[in-house]
Amino acid sequence: MHKYANPTFFMRIANAVFPYAAGISILCFAVGIPLALVFSPPDYQQGETVRIMYVHVPAAWMGSMVYGVMAVSSAVYLIWRHTIAHIIARASAPIGAMFTALCLVTGMLWGEPMWGTWWVWDARLTSMLILLFLYIGYIALGDSFEDQERGDKASAMLALVGSVNLPIIHFSVEWWNTLHQPAIRSFEGFSINAAMLWPLLLMVFAFQTYYVSVLIIRLRGELLSAKIRTARFNLAAAE
Amino acid sequence: MSGFSTILRRELTLSLRSQGDVMTVIAFFAIAAALFAFGVGPELNVQSRIASGVVWTTALLAALLSLERLFALDYEDGTLDQLMLSGTEPIAMVLAKTLAHWLTTGLALLIAAPVVALALQLPTQAYGALMMSLALGTPTLSLLGAVGAALILGAKRGGVLLSLLLLPLYIPILIFGAAAVEGATLGLSTSAPYAVLGGLLVAALTLCPWAAASALRHALE
Repeated sequence: MHKYANPTFFMRIANAVFPYAAGISILCFAVGIPLALVFSPPDYQQGETVRIMYVHVPAAWMGSMVYGVMAVSSAVYLIWRHTIAHIIARASAPIGAMFTALCLVTGMLWGEPMWGTWWVWDARLTSMLILLFLYIGYIALGDSFEDQERGDKASAMLALVGSVNLPIIHFSVEWWNTLHQPAIRSFEGFSINAAMLWPLLLMVFAFQTYYVSVLIIRLRGELLSAKIRTARFNLAAAE
Repeated sequence: MSGFSTILRRELTLSLRSQGDVMTVIAFFAIAAALFAFGVGPELNVQSRIASGVVWTTALLAALLSLERLFALDYEDGTLDQLMLSGTEPIAMVLAKTLAHWLTTGLALLIAAPVVALALQLPTQAYGALMMSLALGTPTLSLLGAVGAALILGAKRGGVLLSLLLLPLYIPILIFGAAAVEGATLGLSTSAPYAVLGGLLVAALTLCPWAAASALRHALE
C-alpha cells in the first residue's frame, strides 16, 4: 500500500483512471437523468414528487461516503504521515459538503409537498445538518493556521472526531421512528420496485464516478499549488 | 497521579485567584437566559414552556465561553511545553485541566441553574431532572471542549472557530438534556435520556482525553 503514497506514482494512476471515471459518469447521467425524471413510473402514494428521490438519495449516500473517505484518509495521514492521504481528504471536503447541501435542499423541497413542512428536527435531518457543519468546520480549521502542517494535522484529527456522526446518521431512522422514511437499502436487500431501483442505482453510480472525477481534478490543483509554493520558496531563497 | 493533583490544584488556584472567571460564566448564563425572556415577551406560560430548552442552551453557550483559554494561555507563555515535558502523562494533564474547567464552569452552572430556571417559570416537578441532566451532560461538554481547545491552539481566529467546531458536536447532549427536563415537566419517565447522557459521558471520558492529548502533542511539535 505504501508505494501509492508517492504523489507522482499516485497521480499517474489517478490520471489513467480519470477518463474512464469521467466518461462513465457522463454516460450514467445521460441515461440516468431521463430515466429517473421522465420514464420511471410515478409512485402510487407520492406521485411525481418521488422523482426528487433520484437526486436526494444518491446525494445523501455520497455526503456520508465522502466523509468516510475523509476520515479514513485522515487516519492514514496521522498514522503513516502520507501527505497524499491528507491531500485527498482536503480535496474531498468541499465536494462532500456540496453533496450534503444538495441532500438537505432536495430533502426540503421533497418534505414540503409530502410532509407539509420544509423542515422537521428529527434525527436523520439533524444528523445530516451536523454533517454539513462538520464539513464547514473541517475546511475552516484547515485554513486557520499560518503553519500549513499544523492546520493539516488539526483538521485531520477533527475529521476523525467527527466520524462518530456517521453511524448516527445511518441508524437514525432505525433508532428514532419519525417522519423520515426508513432506509431503502438493508441487509435483506432493497425495499423498492425494480422500475425505480435501476434508475436510482444508475444515478448513484453517476454520482460516485462524478466524485472520483472531480476529486482527481482537485488533486491535480492541490499538487500544482504545492509545487508553486515550493518554487516560490526556492526563488525567494535564491535571491 | 501526583502530577494530576498538582495540575488540578494549580488550575483551581489560578481560577479562584482571578475570581472574575467563575463570575463571568454565571453572569453570562443569567444574561443570556434573560435575553430569551425579553425576546419571547413577559407571558408566563410561554416562558415556562421554553424554560427547559433555554436553560440548557444558555448553559451550553456559557460552558463554551471559557473553553478557548483552557490551553491557550499556557500555550502562549510556554507552560504547556513544560507540562508536556514534566513527565506527567499528557492524558492525566488533560484530565486535570478538564476537571478544573468543569469545576469552575459546569459545577458553577449547576449551582446557578435552579435560580435561572426559577426566573423562567420552569415547572416545579422538572428541577430534579434539570439538575440531574446538567450533572450528567456538562462534564461531556468540558471533555469535548478540551479536544476542540487543543485543536485550535495557534489558529488565527480561535473563538469563532471553536464555536463552529464544538456546537455541532454539542447538539446531541443538548437534545437529550432538554428532553429529560421536558419529560419531567410532562410527568414522563426520564430514565432514557439519562441513560443516553450517561453513555455519552462514558464514551467522552474514554476517548476525549486521549484525542486532546494527541492534538496537544501535534500542536507542540
